[in-house]
Amino acid sequence: MLEYWRSTVGKKQIVALTGAILVGYLILHMLGNLNSAFGPGADEARVDWYASWLRDFGEPLLPHAFVLWLVRVVLLGALIVHITGIAQLVKRYREARPANFPAKRIGRSIESIAMLGTGALLLAFIVFHVLQFTTFTIQITPVHEHTVYANLYWAFQKWYFLAIYLAALILVGMHLRHGVWSIFQTLGLDSPSRNSMLRHGATALVVVLVVGFASVPILFFTDVLDPPLTHAALIALPGAFS
Amino acid sequence: MTVFDSNIPDGPLADKWQNWLDAHTLVGPRNRAGKKVIVIGTGLAGSSCAASLGAQGFKVKSFCFQDSPRRAHSIAAQGGINAAKDYANEGDSAHRLFYDTIKGGDFRSREANVMRLAQLSENIIDQAVAQGVPFNREYSGALATRSFGGVLVQRTFYTRGQTGQQLLLGAYSALEHQVKSGNVEVFNRHEMQDVVLVDGEARGVIVRNLITGEIERHAADAVVLASGGYTNVYYLSTNAMGSNVTATWRAHKRGAYFANPCYTQIHPTCIPQSGEYQSKLTLMSESLRNDGRIWVPRKSGDDRPPAEIPEAERYYYLEERYPAFGNLAPRDIASRAAKVVCDDGLGVGGTGRGVFLDFRDAIIDQGKETIERKYGNLFEMYSRITGDDPYETPMMIYPAPHYAMGGLWVDYELQTTIPGLFAIGEANFSDHGANRLGASALMQCLADGYFISPHTVTNHLAKNSEPVSTSDSAFDEVESDVRGHIQEMMDVGGSTSAQAFHREMGHVMLDKCGMSRTAEGLDEALAEVRAIKEEFWRDLRVDPGDEEFNQSLEYANRVSDFFELGELMIQDARRREESCGGHFREEHQTDDGEALRDDDHFAKVTAWEYGGDDPVPHDEALNFEDIKLATRSYK
Amino acid sequence: MNFTLEIWRQFDGSDESDEGRFETFKVEGIDPEASFLEMLDQLNERLSNEKKRNIAFDSDCREGICGACSLVIDGTPHGPQQVTSCQTYMRDFVDGQTIKVEPYRANTFPVIRDLAVDRGALDRVIQAGGYISTTTGPQPEPNSMPVSPEVQEQAMDAAICIGCGACVAACPNGAAMLFTGAKVTHLNVLPQGQPERESRVIGMVEQMDAEGFGGCTNYGECSRVCPQEITIDVIGMLNREYRKAKVKKKPKPARAMTTQ
Repeated sequence: MLEYWRSTVGKKQIVALTGAILVGYLILHMLGNLNSAFGPGADEARVDWYASWLRDFGEPLLPHAFVLWLVRVVLLGALIVHITGIAQLVKRYREARPANFPAKRIGRSIESIAMLGTGALLLAFIVFHVLQFTTFTIQITPVHEHTVYANLYWAFQKWYFLAIYLAALILVGMHLRHGVWSIFQTLGLDSPSRNSMLRHGATALVVVLVVGFASVPILFFTDVLDPPLTHAALIALPGAFS
Repeated sequence: MTVFDSNIPDGPLADKWQNWLDAHTLVGPRNRAGKKVIVIGTGLAGSSCAASLGAQGFKVKSFCFQDSPRRAHSIAAQGGINAAKDYANEGDSAHRLFYDTIKGGDFRSREANVMRLAQLSENIIDQAVAQGVPFNREYSGALATRSFGGVLVQRTFYTRGQTGQQLLLGAYSALEHQVKSGNVEVFNRHEMQDVVLVDGEARGVIVRNLITGEIERHAADAVVLASGGYTNVYYLSTNAMGSNVTATWRAHKRGAYFANPCYTQIHPTCIPQSGEYQSKLTLMSESLRNDGRIWVPRKSGDDRPPAEIPEAERYYYLEERYPAFGNLAPRDIASRAAKVVCDDGLGVGGTGRGVFLDFRDAIIDQGKETIERKYGNLFEMYSRITGDDPYETPMMIYPAPHYAMGGLWVDYELQTTIPGLFAIGEANFSDHGANRLGASALMQCLADGYFISPHTVTNHLAKNSEPVSTSDSAFDEVESDVRGHIQEMMDVGGSTSAQAFHREMGHVMLDKCGMSRTAEGLDEALAEVRAIKEEFWRDLRVDPGDEEFNQSLEYANRVSDFFELGELMIQDARRREESCGGHFREEHQTDDGEALRDDDHFAKVTAWEYGGDDPVPHDEALNFEDIKLATRSYK
Repeated sequence: MNFTLEIWRQFDGSDESDEGRFETFKVEGIDPEASFLEMLDQLNERLSNEKKRNIAFDSDCREGICGACSLVIDGTPHGPQQVTSCQTYMRDFVDGQTIKVEPYRANTFPVIRDLAVDRGALDRVIQAGGYISTTTGPQPEPNSMPVSPEVQEQAMDAAICIGCGACVAACPNGAAMLFTGAKVTHLNVLPQGQPERESRVIGMVEQMDAEGFGGCTNYGECSRVCPQEITIDVIGMLNREYRKAKVKKKPKPARAMTTQ
């Protein structure tokens, strides 16, 4: 395995594999988010129920929130490997060319040129996103445990949060448009006959992901979705902080 | 003349090679690592020879002037390689291939050598396939074949239009495999300057490291020259820019006889010259003649677009003059016929030196797709170079110098008149007589390299010889000659590049010692070449610094040998008072303009001993036991 | 046609640490049908007349097959037309244009002088496995091992690589993946290549790393400058072969038999 990691081709394949894990998570995350679209519900918002279901998953066979934490650990690991691998590869790539003579761009796509940039910005966004909705450190709009729907509702009443999240989705789209197809190419899962299908499939997946993710904040911002139920809102009353 | 023996083994023609193999001396596996061989050149012959000797366990040093062995000019061969496998069930056989080659060579080659070549042809295909050469296949998965200029059977194997490339890459990969195994050491960007003789035997070479300019000495137990042909003597040819005669010429000056230098092949299907500063001519594969029809307008100066010239006003001169072979007539005949119609003022194109190669009828008969599948890459290449679209308008072609049938004289063992010095591939003279058939060069190079020289060199290595060190005084002398020659060029201090002199000499050679020759023209040519050579040594400019990367010096060094070779070619052409194959003397032709051989006086090889301005000819009689000499007719 | 040339000059022979610079030349009266290299020949002839040092550049066959020529013209390896430098014609440029001529830029290809570079690294990658280790001798009858025309085409599409190294020069990462992928594809799709399938790809990938080539980020620029139009499918093939070779369990060596 270490040998694999040491070779340029092997390392890139591990980067692709960890990328694939992250993309897989994004798909699940997007599907989970869509629970918000069911609105505040009569008793409990569906997304709130979903959030607690995630925590209770596997009980009593597994400890509370075990699966959630397992996923978190795997994701963090994948992210670290993904970033370390790329950092080491980029260093290697730069050493292979004389520094003063960058290669002319010959039909390189914008997305592929921007991979490092979109990746770095996405990393920053992920930190922000976790601080806001996982650790509740950023309390500009009220965020609390167990009140996912309310957290989202109040956050996306603000235009600037909407803007940040939509901007991040553009980054995700760009990163993945090159990245998803690259996974297949790098792992050698492509073939000449499948290649155009893979390219288009990657683009389609990206569109689905971005639209899926974007729909929730937009639905909140445009008030298509109702405000959270009062007893939930009581805990997260905006007035309490103003 | 004890050295001048062709050493042809006894026995019936078809058994000679096996008889030789049965009797030759071997070197035991344990002793092979102690035997060193130098191979000059990494084309088909050189790579395959070095790889084969390395695989047997000999220590081989392989030299090429290119930056990688894979770039040797064998790579540019397009059409294919002959082998008498008879996959097409036409009754083909080694004997037929042998006969076609002798006849194609206008009965000026050695029967025994050509028979061996024909017999080995099958092994070459097997060897190449085993190396992963992706020959074209039929739907069944079996190897595909096609017919090629000058024969009536489909015995030519091919990999699209890049057969030379794929065969060379096969030989190159075998070479690199041996490099990995530690038996072969490759010295790229190293050019041989001279051969070193110790006690009359070839025991080493002096090479110039082209990057550092260092003059290096390498000692060995045998030296194999696989340095290719010399058609660059014409300046404009289908050869590569670097193709040169230096290795063989310097060996000639040390005592190796040079045979039949006047036999040069002018290939009929090349793209005509367009400008004064053109540096080379590009060949279009002869396979185009399978479907293309060659013609010129019947009326001189007819400048209508070719499509508008009606059938009756087109002169399909090959089809009319040679009904049996038509457009597939052998190269020398097709080339000369093109020259004749252009001399008559019927030529087309800007310079009037071109003929049409027309695919109109083939496209109508077979459909554009079929033609595209067969020749797509050639058509693409043509339109890249000329800007014309051959699907719409006929190609224009004209003959160009392409191949040298002449070369160092070798015996049956491919050994030159210097013991221990071998010459293989295009560098020797042996198999093609006065004209080479299409798809035979690859065959000969690989037969020499894979299957002949490894055994004949072994036979030589089996003789006990004292090890030679590079500090031997023989190396001192030769190295000082080499340094002297380089210094001479550095010292001229003129202001004209070697390329300009080369171009000037090339014009003379092509004009007077090219497709057709006269005694008068040859005499003039000799004087003119000598005058240009004199001017060369008076006004040459090379960049300063002989101990560094200096391409102008490399070029001048090569051209200096071309002058001397050119003189010998002219003298050889002058002496051969007959027309045969690529050598056409206008004095010797039939009433309808066909070549007229003189078998009584010239059924022989002329091997020249170096003698400065007055070289000494020696004759080797050609004895035909199997074949009856006949007038070559393709009518 | 007239052109202004900005040509890279490096190592005039006196200074080993020469870092190089552009020199400007004007050429006039160039035939539009002249190739780019013939235009440089003409310039060199003039430089000889003026007793100035010729511009060093590699070329040999001048018909696009040997792979020796290796210019970077206006930033694009080989030139604007996706053909070798030697098949780039002056008619491809605009009269009066300024053209920048550089050597291949890759740390694995050190400059020898001016526009000539050392591409020995590619030979060493081949030495690491770019062959079928058969030696000269009697071989099986080829038709006993049929190869379908489709497989032959696939092998040939990769085998046509001329080893010019333009892919490396075009790659922002200085990778030789297209070159190596082409050789791996050529040999690994053919039945003859099967026994060494795994050792070949592992050996060649390791050698690429040892030489200091970069890796692939799937930009595809290599393929867009390749005069043989080899596609990055061969890189996918290389990746697949490498993954399979590495993931595959190696057979345990059989326990040596003893006489006891």
